[in-house]
Amino acid sequence: MAQVSLPADHAAEHEQTSTGLSNRKLLMWSFLGSECLFFGTLISTYLVYRNHSLVGPLPQNVFDIPYTSVSAFVLLMSSLTMVLALAAIQHGNVRQMRVWLLATALLGTVFVSGQVYEFTGFVRDGLSLQKNLFGTTFFVLTGFHGAHVTVGVIMLFSIFLNSFRGKVTQKDSLTVELAGLYWHFVDVVWIVIFTVVYLLPY
Amino acid sequence: MHNPTSTDVTTSETSHQPAHPRAGEYVRIAVILAVITMVEVIVYYQESLRPVIVPILLVLSAIKFSLVVLFFMHLKFDNRLFSTIFTGPLMLAFAVLMALLTIFHRVLFGA
Repeated sequence: MAQVSLPADHAAEHEQTSTGLSNRKLLMWSFLGSECLFFGTLISTYLVYRNHSLVGPLPQNVFDIPYTSVSAFVLLMSSLTMVLALAAIQHGNVRQMRVWLLATALLGTVFVSGQVYEFTGFVRDGLSLQKNLFGTTFFVLTGFHGAHVTVGVIMLFSIFLNSFRGKVTQKDSLTVELAGLYWHFVDVVWIVIFTVVYLLPY
Repeated sequence: MHNPTSTDVTTSETSHQPAHPRAGEYVRIAVILAVITMVEVIVYYQESLRPVIVPILLVLSAIKFSLVVLFFMHLKFDNRLFSTIFTGPLMLAFAVLMALLTIFHRVLFGA
């Protein structure tokens, strides 16, 4: 198969591929495609069993919409800081990238902490994985999302620390871009969950 | 066998790619996302909008989804292959969701 070189703006990857595109980027988008199916099944399951719990607590008994709105806002803003981190490293500004990357990781940590606080409240109110259909489908869906956010935070902190060892420079901007793609996807999933799980009327 | 040169790839790659957004545009999009989130919450608390709350929320959510994917994830500015790789499974997931809701006779209006 003919091998072609990447264009100048991707030359930093020093990668020759048959598509002219970065294999790593293709892989990340493929992974995100599979994640669409993964979260699609969890959201579908939640919707199929929605309003079919035989016992409480029910969503209207435990949800605190203003609280969850704030956490949704926090995650949305983390997407902004993530894309600003990418823009910074693409312009060769490592210091600024570190600032925005740290901000993203911290916002993600705040989000996960908020989720933990919210869920402990739900458990205190009597909701659990085994309690009813709502508990099972809700905790599985949001639990997997929270795990994804946690992995993202660890990834971002890793890149942040590696930048102090000279391992993240302008020519390595693809690494930040790939982390950003993952992070934005995690945010996008929450956009769907916030609407479908929290806001749709019961 | 003809081997395409890097110059050829460079020309074809760069001539079809518009410039990526600048920092100010990202901030503008983030403000739009925040405003839409606020509108969603306001709509949630408006009793008069209950009959149409589902389509309103779904549309607003779809707009936020699109803004993040197109601009923050740069799908609007990147090679079409990435769009295909992402939207294919996305459409499949949506089709599975619709099929399940139909099979189990569920509607989104609280039945």
